[in-house]
Amino acid sequence: MNNWTSDLAPLLKGLAVTVELTVCAGALAIPLGLLAGYARRSRNRFVRVPAACYVEVFRGTSTLVQLFWFYYVLPLFGLSLPAVAVGIAVLALNAGAYGAEIVRGAIAAVPREQYEAATALNMTRSQMMWRIIVPQAVPAMLPPTGNLLIELLKNTALVSLITINELTSNAQILRAESLRTTELFCIILVMYYAMATLISTGMRRVEWSFARSRRGA
Amino acid sequence: MSPIFDWPFALRIVPPLLRALVVTVEATVAGMLLAVTFGLLLAVVRRFGPKPLARIAGFVVNFVRSTPLLVQIYFLFYVAPLGGVMFSPFATGALALGLHYSAYCAEVYRAGIEGVPQSQWDAASALNFSRAHTLTRIILPQAIPPVVPALGNYLIAMFKDAPMLSVITVVELLQEGKIIGSETFRYTEPLTLVGAMFLLLSLFSASGVRYVERRLRLPGAVR
Repeated sequence: MNNWTSDLAPLLKGLAVTVELTVCAGALAIPLGLLAGYARRSRNRFVRVPAACYVEVFRGTSTLVQLFWFYYVLPLFGLSLPAVAVGIAVLALNAGAYGAEIVRGAIAAVPREQYEAATALNMTRSQMMWRIIVPQAVPAMLPPTGNLLIELLKNTALVSLITINELTSNAQILRAESLRTTELFCIILVMYYAMATLISTGMRRVEWSFARSRRGA
Repeated sequence: MSPIFDWPFALRIVPPLLRALVVTVEATVAGMLLAVTFGLLLAVVRRFGPKPLARIAGFVVNFVRSTPLLVQIYFLFYVAPLGGVMFSPFATGALALGLHYSAYCAEVYRAGIEGVPQSQWDAASALNFSRAHTLTRIILPQAIPPVVPALGNYLIAMFKDAPMLSVITVVELLQEGKIIGSETFRYTEPLTLVGAMFLLLSLFSASGVRYVERRLRLPGAVR
């Protein structure tokens, strides 16, 4: 007699792929977001404008549309990537654009006096940014980054639509075979919830340790 | 050899895409109406309801925010009929969008409610207002206007999530683009146009939100 426990093995396999997608895309998105967010504050127009275009395009269009565009249109320009690479690239580019806004907001939130003090101390612009402004902006970036990583995790469900077998698509395949619809969707909802909870508790740890190291310094 | 981007073909497919865009907008508006009302209910129950109900509302908000909208759409589409509830795909999709974003709206309202100074509560109780009266006449009228821009941002986010309804056979903008692609074997024009339409409408509505934000910054307001 088959019951829902027999679904667990393929679902766990899908879960592993979902985790992989989240980790890979997150590892790309964080430097991308830092770079683009920092570039948007640049005084050089040729750095600032492309960064702004990237951020606005990826925040202004639907993630699913981006995914299909990269999947269907890029091959026509001779760039054929495997579905997994397209999935990770789009997820990373998308999260990176939202990350850039976090970085920009956090840098903008550092009080003016800090800039003035750095100028008064005759610091160069890069000294001012890296020694004074960025270290104060990072703690403000952490909580929204946790939310962004959860959004990224949730967005990985979308790549099931470009033939990648992750958690959601494995559940769909099993549903078509077994019609254990309710059990399957409940299980994967709980799995996503557990992963999101893991991310948010992990990020809270990071926030604490940051706060402690700043106090201890 | 056809050109990389066939402009006459692109112009020909604009009318069907615009018709599909209407479906997307309709789903977004229906979803948003649900989200702003149900979200307010969730926020109020979570903050002022009896403890067990407040706990449940808090859990619902967290759970819905932590799980993918796509899976929630599948869940409503496949599981609700098993319970005897039958909706059209469009209604299911709008319901899923609305429920998903009501969790986000609940957090927005919560921030608004927490932003109302304690002294307003004190003043209302000094005037012998009932709790319900205080909430509906004193607190919410001050809590909601400042958060309207944040709600507007979620409206834009919901608009961009509407293409997910294509998975439950709703022919919205993206699905129409894919249908055109599969009929003509040309994906570049339809998908690029779909992207451009989303971008234009998002940027346009974002400037609308900024306008509302400026209008709401009333003289003498706390925020």
